[in-house]
Amino acid sequence: MTLALAFDGLLALALVWSAWRCLATPRLDRAVVLFIAFGLLLTLAWARLQAPDIALAEAAIGAGLTGVLLLDALGSFGGRERNQEGE
Amino acid sequence: MKRFLVILAAVVFVPILATAMVDLAPAPLDLRPQVAANLAVSGVSHQVTAVLLNYRGYDTLLEIGVLLLALFGVLAATPAHRDIAPARAELIQSTLTRLAVPLMILVAGYLLWAGAFRPGGAFQAGAVLGAAAVLAHLVGLVPGWQHPGLWLRLGLVMGFVVFLAVAAATLGQGALLEYPPPLAGTLIVVIEAALTLSLGLCLSGLFLFLSRGEGVES
Repeated sequence: MTLALAFDGLLALALVWSAWRCLATPRLDRAVVLFIAFGLLLTLAWARLQAPDIALAEAAIGAGLTGVLLLDALGSFGGRERNQEGE
Repeated sequence: MKRFLVILAAVVFVPILATAMVDLAPAPLDLRPQVAANLAVSGVSHQVTAVLLNYRGYDTLLEIGVLLLALFGVLAATPAHRDIAPARAELIQSTLTRLAVPLMILVAGYLLWAGAFRPGGAFQAGAVLGAAAVLAHLVGLVPGWQHPGLWLRLGLVMGFVVFLAVAAATLGQGALLEYPPPLAGTLIVVIEAALTLSLGLCLSGLFLFLSRGEGVES
């Protein structure tokens, strides 16, 4: 019981911390990675709340596909910036 | 001065928010008994699937419509370009992907089937399918999509069209998407199968259509 409570407390703290870091970090690449980490932590939180349906959807869509799309956008913006610097 | 004001506002706001949270009345309408009571005629034995595909089927119908619209937006906003050869990946990456993709398709099929009686369902299965396609694209096994061909177009709209067709066919029941109880299970499986395929294609399309404009800047 106490172990579960300790885990939940740790999870809640990690969620808030990663959300804050994701928003506050000045580097976009770190923000994207933190967003994916936040999504995975949120998946754990949904699983702890006994909502496996939402956990599945969050892991697949929230963390997975959104993360990939953000990484892709970051890659194409980064490439554009590099090209402009090269000119 | 500005910082002091912000801190003051936060100090005032937090207790108000906490009080509101604590004072929040219990939900005036408890629908859980109704969901449980009507589960027998819903066609499935899992509450979440019953709510998503039967009791509130029109929400799900609109959701797939929204996803389809998002994909149309991507199609309209990204220009089609010449064929770009997919990037070659490392041997380990492509081998692992070759192993993983069939398993992911299997998992998607399982999730679709499991949705009737345990957590799972069309959205999760479709997301796994989409992730498999994105993975295969990233290691160069699947090229980015250029112009959607006839079969791709059919696959993309199939979920929405099948859902709409069922909704139109059962309109005589009196309410939108009210299935006749003996047919409910079959109809839900048909809709979910079409939804899974379309969702997988839509979600991977968001990624694979985007990559077709990538040859522009270089």
